[in-house]
Amino acid sequence: MVVNEFNNKLIIVISGQAGQGVSTVESILTSILKKNGYNVFATKEYMSRIRGGCNSSEIIVSDISINSFCDKIDILFPLDKGYSSHLLKRISRDTIMIGEKGNFYPDHENIIEIDFSSIARKLGGNIYTNIVIAGLMLGMLDTDISISEEFIQGFFGKKDNEVIKKNIEAIRSGMAEGISLKQIKINIEKKEFVKTNLLFSGTDSIALGAIAGGCNFIASYPMSPSTGVLTFLSQQSREFGIIAEQAEDEISAINMSLGASYAGARSMVTTSGGGFALMIEGVSLCGMTETPLVIHIGQRPGPATGLPTRTEQGDLEMVLYSGHGSFPRIIFAPSTLENGFCITQKAFNLADKFQIPVFILTDQYFLDTYYDIEPDTLDIPDTGNKSCIIESNLDYKRYELTINGISPRSVPGYGKGLVVVDSDEHDEIGHLTEDLDIREEMNRKRISKIEEIKKAIIPPVLLGDLNRNYVIVSWGSTFNVIAEALKNKEFKDIALMHLIQVYPLHDSIPEYLKNKTIILIENNETGQLGRLLKLEFGINIEKRILKSNGLPFSKEEIEENLRIALRS
Amino acid sequence: MKPTRYDLGNIDIAWCPGCGNYSILNILKNALDELDISPENLVLVSGIGQAAKIPHYLKSNVFNGLHGRSIPPATGIKASNRNLVVIAESGDGCMYGEGGNHLLHAIRRNPDITVVIHNNMIYGLTKGQASPTSQIGFKTKIQKDGVSSEPFNAVALAISLNASFVSRAFSGDIDKSKEILKKAINHKGLSIVDMMHPCVSFNKVNTFSWFRENTYYLEEDFDYTDRLKAFDRAIGKDKLALGIFYINERNAFEDNLGIYRNNDLPLFRRIPDEDKLRKLIHSFE
Repeated sequence: MVVNEFNNKLIIVISGQAGQGVSTVESILTSILKKNGYNVFATKEYMSRIRGGCNSSEIIVSDISINSFCDKIDILFPLDKGYSSHLLKRISRDTIMIGEKGNFYPDHENIIEIDFSSIARKLGGNIYTNIVIAGLMLGMLDTDISISEEFIQGFFGKKDNEVIKKNIEAIRSGMAEGISLKQIKINIEKKEFVKTNLLFSGTDSIALGAIAGGCNFIASYPMSPSTGVLTFLSQQSREFGIIAEQAEDEISAINMSLGASYAGARSMVTTSGGGFALMIEGVSLCGMTETPLVIHIGQRPGPATGLPTRTEQGDLEMVLYSGHGSFPRIIFAPSTLENGFCITQKAFNLADKFQIPVFILTDQYFLDTYYDIEPDTLDIPDTGNKSCIIESNLDYKRYELTINGISPRSVPGYGKGLVVVDSDEHDEIGHLTEDLDIREEMNRKRISKIEEIKKAIIPPVLLGDLNRNYVIVSWGSTFNVIAEALKNKEFKDIALMHLIQVYPLHDSIPEYLKNKTIILIENNETGQLGRLLKLEFGINIEKRILKSNGLPFSKEEIEENLRIALRS
Repeated sequence: MKPTRYDLGNIDIAWCPGCGNYSILNILKNALDELDISPENLVLVSGIGQAAKIPHYLKSNVFNGLHGRSIPPATGIKASNRNLVVIAESGDGCMYGEGGNHLLHAIRRNPDITVVIHNNMIYGLTKGQASPTSQIGFKTKIQKDGVSSEPFNAVALAISLNASFVSRAFSGDIDKSKEILKKAINHKGLSIVDMMHPCVSFNKVNTFSWFRENTYYLEEDFDYTDRLKAFDRAIGKDKLALGIFYINERNAFEDNLGIYRNNDLPLFRRIPDEDKLRKLIHSFE
């Protein structure tokens, strides 16, 4: 018998049709493994359909955090006989397939046949198949059955005891199979502190960050992959006093949210590129009326409907130039889950402070990715009331001219004054005007806020010392995978400059890039950040690693492309 | 016009001399006065067009937003602070054309706001094109062979959607319109006032005297709870009925929101609960 040994990490993929419960296995496995002290990472790729097709989830179990998508597959559980072409590319001769006879890819030799369905049927039906598979993995790894039992009780808590009992039996049956599986030996160390780590997704990080930022109003229209934020905040609506409304369209969503903000709510919208396109006039209204707003955009490939369930960093330029006329804005692109939480919270505070739109650019990969993080990395504010809203007096002027362009903001019903805002050019009170001198003064006032905004720019994240000859420039969700690739000693001459704030840009950027060979890495076809760096700083970038097939960069892909970049 | 607490004094008003909007402004101020609504507690929301300028001509909080988009911000404002009286006012182009979808869904959602549509059956600010309510055969520089689309019947539409309060008024009847408007503002839920008025510059068909000849008031004992009868009057071919067509008492949008169940405070007065947040974060362990 050949024994396959896996040390320090194991990459598991579960594939199957939509509706077969690939995600269920993913969430049960990751949660239980984390609670046992294993570092876990999970991400999914799926088709735009409710049933059928071929979807897959990747789970990495490891003894140190590996929070990046990898192409390699150590163990594949096919729940179905269908394989997408992009999944097939990742299957090597070494990949062990575990599953039922009919589901193996033809001619694949490295297989372990287990009749999950018949085990499940003995328990009461095919419905338990997923749980048996999860149990098998839990048996192959060193896990405590009582942790699994407790988790299953919570997971199916709303169902009756019989259901819970059956599912625990399914876990036990799976575990028994896993323990008796001698062809695979896994050596991954568990860590006590990991047991109390937090396990959440990119979607959760944005929504939790919103709550931490005091968000109490969200109006949006469902659109993959951004809908999860609306769902999360709706679930927490009662607990945290959040109004979460599904609007009739994105135009209504942004206008509702602006109305709410005008009345003093901390408000946001969540959407994707196509939905945001509909909101753009509202962005301009936000700029003109100086009404704080946080706009979350979960990017996916366009143009138009594009690939609805896939990932891309393709909307930076649209967001950067969205809205007619000139007005300041901030654009963030969180790098990690911890960062997603902190940035979103910050977005609300800065929107309030500067009275501008603040954008958070994520993407499908970021939003659908889970991993465990240490609780201390989340910077929870001493919330209190940090609001910049003031009580108005009788002669209150909403657009009072000030040195830094920021006028004290009151809300209707708070004080003796009146709060007048207008999409037309307006005077200091807020009433519409066609006085061209006032127009110029007001336009300058709005634009001049940028100086104050610039004082708060988040500097780029730097990895590696400054003497290295190569510098990677990247932004947003690609951080972990690039950082993981750079651990490889081959790349000791490459540093990383990663941007979390993509607009306005920090003025230290040109200095870091001086006399270096720059390698641009972006998950889009045209290198949008690269073009922005050229525009803002005159920086020329020759080496570009770009990708726009709808999938995220894998660690192997970054490594391979860096090798090419170093050679050429 | 008798002075009211909403008067702004000698201001520049962008309406044509003789415009029906002056009467609507007058009606609005008097209705507010009689209802004793303080300017600080009032928010006027509007879109774009000549009618949408009305918030600038009286003392009030103002959100003068985008064309067609007066109802969504009005909904957001009222939901965020239920103590405010929120009135959305704009023209027929803004409310029925550009913003038609918002009107449909606001009727379903039923926020406690009053929607006043200044309906002069023409586009004024863009200089005389057909509006959604222009009558068939109405000729303009663009609709040179006359309008061929069926006119938008907001009253019938609203009743068909089981709207909470549906009325039509005429700017020429100050007192009667004021009474309709007062009831609309007082009504809990979405109230629609389709306010007909003449455009003296561009609409040479639907003039002041046309409205006089082609409208009538619903009888005093008209049963505005009878949806079918209300609909029947709304689609009447001969003359346009004025008055309150339909009232359907139901919960307002913001009163259905869980966030007000145990807490009356408007959102701007609320402080985030950090302990709850920590608890929520720990639930991800």
